Amino acid sequence: MRTYIIIPAHNEAKTIGPVINSLKRHNYEHIIVCVNDASKDNTEKIAFQTGAIVLNHVINRGQGAAIVTGNEYALRHGADIIVHFDADGQMQVEDIPAVIKPIIEGKADVVLGSRFLGKKSNIPRSKLLTLKLGRLFLRVFFGIKLTDPQSGFRALSRKAAEKIEIKQDRAEHATEILIEIFKKRLRCKEVPVTIKYTEYSQKHTQHGKFHLLSGIQIAFKTIIKRLMR
Amino acid sequence: MEWINIILILFLLFALSRSILRYKGKEIRLNEFIFWTAIWVLGIIALASPSTVSYISQSIGIGRPADMIVYLSIIILFYINFRMYVALDNMDQKLTKVVREVAIKREKKK
Repeated sequence: MRTYIIIPAHNEAKTIGPVINSLKRHNYEHIIVCVNDASKDNTEKIAFQTGAIVLNHVINRGQGAAIVTGNEYALRHGADIIVHFDADGQMQVEDIPAVIKPIIEGKADVVLGSRFLGKKSNIPRSKLLTLKLGRLFLRVFFGIKLTDPQSGFRALSRKAAEKIEIKQDRAEHATEILIEIFKKRLRCKEVPVTIKYTEYSQKHTQHGKFHLLSGIQIAFKTIIKRLMR
Repeated sequence: MEWINIILILFLLFALSRSILRYKGKEIRLNEFIFWTAIWVLGIIALASPSTVSYISQSIGIGRPADMIVYLSIIILFYINFRMYVALDNMDQKLTKVVREVAIKREKKK
């Protein structure tokens, strides 16, 4: 099955090279696409030289937008499976087979890698509170029961990628994807994955210490946008 | 009638004439034209006949006509703000669509 690995990247020159290299070592058949979201550093050059297909956003549109660009490209080129993989080195390449397996076997349309299903991840405490609140919010307002709703490690079948509409360009896209999965009645499965938090990846995260605040912002924006439809 | 009333009425008539021109020139749609015309006309009525405004405000239970005008203005401003937020958001999404097409068409492959 034709598998595309989509890596949205914004100013990840330090890690994009090693990430692409590790993906290449792992499996030559996967097609690696880096969506460069108007990085100001050498992300584009490094990604291209390391051998990924590079799509460049001329202006910064957000991670959600970058993922959709990747999805759209993959679908237009006949993808059967699309994997979302982070550029910062937090995700492990070895987890990919487990994430795509349920789709290959036809048992799921969407697979999410969960940090909380058994494998150990060294999650910092400040993040844990926001994650727990996020989970509660989704459960109460949308009836979504997942152990790791904010996971960016996803695999989508072609059918799922075609059906899911993501309109949120920025951080809210993660929540929107989940809502779409449940709205469009796609079969969703979680598998355990390991996420490695390093000092680099923590400093580099969009929100740093204000996880809770941005979590509240995301919740607020999602509700307002739902009301406006 | 005070001078200020006359000046403001003239200004609102001018604004009204602009609205009519814009509508004729197909720059704004019918519902937008009606909305703005209603606002200008209400403003002219309020300025031309303050006693009408007093009458209305008394009958809905607001003591001072000026208060009623302020409340109404705030409501209208909120509504306009909301509409602008939606329009901006839509434009933002369209912008992303363009950026996406350009990114896909200009793919860089070895």
